[in-house]
Amino acid sequence: MTTTSPPQPGDLSLPARPGWPDATGHFGIFGGRFVPEALIAALDELTEAYEAMRVDPAFLEEFARLQRDYTGRPSPVTEVPKFAAHAGGARILLKREDLNHTGSHKINNVLGQALLTKRIGKTRVIAETGAGQHGVATATAAALMGLSCTVYMGEADTRRQALNVARMRLLGAEVIPVTTGSRTLKDAINEAFRDWVTNVETTNYVFGTVAGPHPFPAMVRDFQRVIGDEARAQVLEREGRLPDAVLACVGGGSNAIGIFTAFVGDEGVRLVGLEAGGDGVGTGRHAATITGGTPGVLHGARSFLLQDENGQTIESHSISAGLDYPGVGPEHSYLHQIGRAEYRPVTDAEAMEAFALLCRTEGIIPAIESAHALAGALVLGRELGASGAGGRGGEPPLLLVNLSGRGDKDVETASAWFGLGEDAAPTDEDDRAVEEGRGADPGPGLDTHQQPTEGAVSNDQAVAGQDAGETA
Amino acid sequence: MTSRLAQRIEAAKAEGRAALIAYLPVGYPDVEGSIEAMVAAVEAGADVIEIGVPYSDPGMDGPVIQEAVEVAVRAGVGLRDVFRAVEAVAAAGAVPVVMTYWNPVERYGVERFADDLAAAGGAGLITPDLIPDEAGEWIAAAERADLDRVFLVAPSSTDARLRSTTAASRGFVYVASTMGVTGARDTVSDAARILVARTREARPGIPLCVGLGVSNGAQAAELAAFADGVIVGSAYVRELLEGRGADGVRALTADLAAGVRRAGVPA
Repeated sequence: MTTTSPPQPGDLSLPARPGWPDATGHFGIFGGRFVPEALIAALDELTEAYEAMRVDPAFLEEFARLQRDYTGRPSPVTEVPKFAAHAGGARILLKREDLNHTGSHKINNVLGQALLTKRIGKTRVIAETGAGQHGVATATAAALMGLSCTVYMGEADTRRQALNVARMRLLGAEVIPVTTGSRTLKDAINEAFRDWVTNVETTNYVFGTVAGPHPFPAMVRDFQRVIGDEARAQVLEREGRLPDAVLACVGGGSNAIGIFTAFVGDEGVRLVGLEAGGDGVGTGRHAATITGGTPGVLHGARSFLLQDENGQTIESHSISAGLDYPGVGPEHSYLHQIGRAEYRPVTDAEAMEAFALLCRTEGIIPAIESAHALAGALVLGRELGASGAGGRGGEPPLLLVNLSGRGDKDVETASAWFGLGEDAAPTDEDDRAVEEGRGADPGPGLDTHQQPTEGAVSNDQAVAGQDAGETA
Repeated sequence: MTSRLAQRIEAAKAEGRAALIAYLPVGYPDVEGSIEAMVAAVEAGADVIEIGVPYSDPGMDGPVIQEAVEVAVRAGVGLRDVFRAVEAVAAAGAVPVVMTYWNPVERYGVERFADDLAAAGGAGLITPDLIPDEAGEWIAAAERADLDRVFLVAPSSTDARLRSTTAASRGFVYVASTMGVTGARDTVSDAARILVARTREARPGIPLCVGLGVSNGAQAAELAAFADGVIVGSAYVRELLEGRGADGVRALTADLAAGVRRAGVPA
C-alpha cells in the first residue's frame, strides 16, 4: 500500500489478504473444523455466502456506509506523551477503537455478520460474550437490522459486567446466564453452539472473535482488519514512517488480528500480543494461552489452549472478563509458530497500573482488556530504551497500541481494585451534610497525591452545588 | 480386517432384530460405579456399549449427560480409566466402542491411543466433533490397528457429504436423528426415517444406527423397524443421576431390548 490517505472503511479488497488460511480454513496445522456434522451445512452456507458477499460492491458500499455513519469510522489515532513518559523514551500512539459506537472494536465485526445474516435469510442471531462488549455490539446490530437476538453469558461474567447485561436488555436482547462449567466465556460458547445446532435453520451464530471453526477466523479477521488498514495509513500520514511495533491485547484475539493484519507484510514492524497473565503465569491462575498452553482442539479449531494431561480445558483466570478465555484464535497460534508475532503475558496488577496511569495522565479510561496492551507498551518501550535500540533513523521508538475498548463497563471492577468503591459510596454523614446544606465529601480520587492546580478553588473553598444558584 | 461392530450388528439382524447400543460415560457416579452399570447393561441384553470419555466441553451433549460428565471431569477421570472400562465390557461379552470428543485423543497421542484401545479390546471410536475431513491421522492409525471409525451424519448433511462420510466410516454410521444435542425426547421425528433412507442410498451395506432422543422400548421399536441399531444415551445416564444405579440400568435395558425385538410392529 503506497497511499497515505486512509482507505475507505469497509473496503475489504485492499490491501491484499494474507496467504492464509487455505481453502478449508487451516493456518498451517492450526484452525480447521472440529464440529458436529450437523453444523457443517451451516458453516458451508456461511462460507459460500461470505465469499460472494465480500466482493459484492453493494455489500461493500452498505458496510462502508454503516461504518462511517453508524460506528463513526475512521477512529482517530491519538498520541499520549504524558503516558509515554513512563515508557523509557518511546512515543506511543493509540488507535482509538474505544471511540466506536458501543465502545469497542466489536461493532466492526458484528455489522458485517449481521449483514451476512440478512443475506442468507435468517431472522435470529445468537452470540457468546465475556466482558459483554460483543454481546452489546450484537444486540445493537440486531436492533438496527430487525433481528431477534439471544446472548449467552457466563453467570460469573453477568455479575462482573452487570452494566453490559443491562445495556443488552435495553437493546432488546435476551441474555441467558450460563451456569455450567466455569460459568465464563468458554461455557457461553459451548451453550451458543448447542443453541445453534438445534436452531440452525432460523439462526445465525454471530461469533465474536477470530476463533471457532472455519470460516469464522478468516471472516472475523476480514471485518476487523479495518483497524490496521486505517491505522497504518494514519501513522504513515502523520509520521511519514511505519511504527516500530504494534501492540494489542489477546483473548480470542480479534482486536489484535484486526490491527496486525495490515502490518504482517511489513517485516520491520514487530507485532506484539499481550495475553492476560492473571496472578502470574507461574501461579497457574492466568489466561496466557500461547505463553502457558499447548496445541489442542477447542471450540471447533486446533490452536493453543490451556489443558491438563487428560486434555480437559483448564479454567482461565483474569481480572478482565474479555480476556478470561483458555483458548486463542488459530491465526495467532500460526503467527507465533512462524515467528511473525510474539506473545507476552501481562499480570492483573501490571494491567491495572497501566489502566490507572492512562486515566490520570491522559484523561482516557481504557477497558481493562486494552490496559494489558498499554502495560505491554510500557515494558517494551523501557526495553527498547535500555538496549539503546531506538526507532528508525535514530528517532525514538514509535509504538502503536490498539486501544480496543473503553472502560465504562469496568468502573466497578477498577473501583474495587483501587479501594475506591467503599470510600466513594454515600454514607449517612453525606446524607446529613446534604440535608444541612454543607455538601457531601466527594471522597478521595484515584490519585491521592494530586496537587491543586494554581488558581483553582479547592474543595473547601468551592461553593456547594446546591448553593451555587444563590451566590451566582 | 473384519469389523467386530458390523459383525455384532449383522448377528442381531440375523435374529430379525436391531442391535441395542447403550451409552454410559466413565466416571459417574465414579469409575467403579460406571463400570458396574456398563456390565449390568451387557447382562440385560445390550449388544454394544458406547463408552463415553469425560470431557470438559461436551458441545454436543444436553444437560443430562453434561451433569454426569462434569462430575467425572472434576474427579480427574482419564483415558486410563476408559481402557479399564473397555476391558470390563469386552469381558462381559458385549462389543466396546469408545465415544470421545477429539481433544483427549489428540492430547494422549493418536498413534498411542489406537494401540492402547486395540490392546484393551476396544472395537473403535465414535467421534462427535471429528469429521472425516479432519480425521486423516486417526483413519491411518485406525487402519493400522484394525479399529472401526464411526462418524456421524445429520439431517442437514448434503448427499455429497453422506457419500464422503459413509465412505470413511467402518463398523457403522451414527445417524443423528434430529438437529440438536443429546437428550431424551417424547417423539423421535420422521427425520430419522428419511435420513436412514438417504444414508442407505449413499452407501448400501454399512450398518446404520440411530441415536439422539431415544428413551424407551416403544421408541426403540419404532426405530428398529428401519434402522440396524438403536443408540440410547441420556435415558441411561438419567437412571444413574436419579440414583437407581445398576438395577435401573438393568430395567431400562430390558425394556429397550424388548423394543428392538418388536421391529416392524407399529408402536
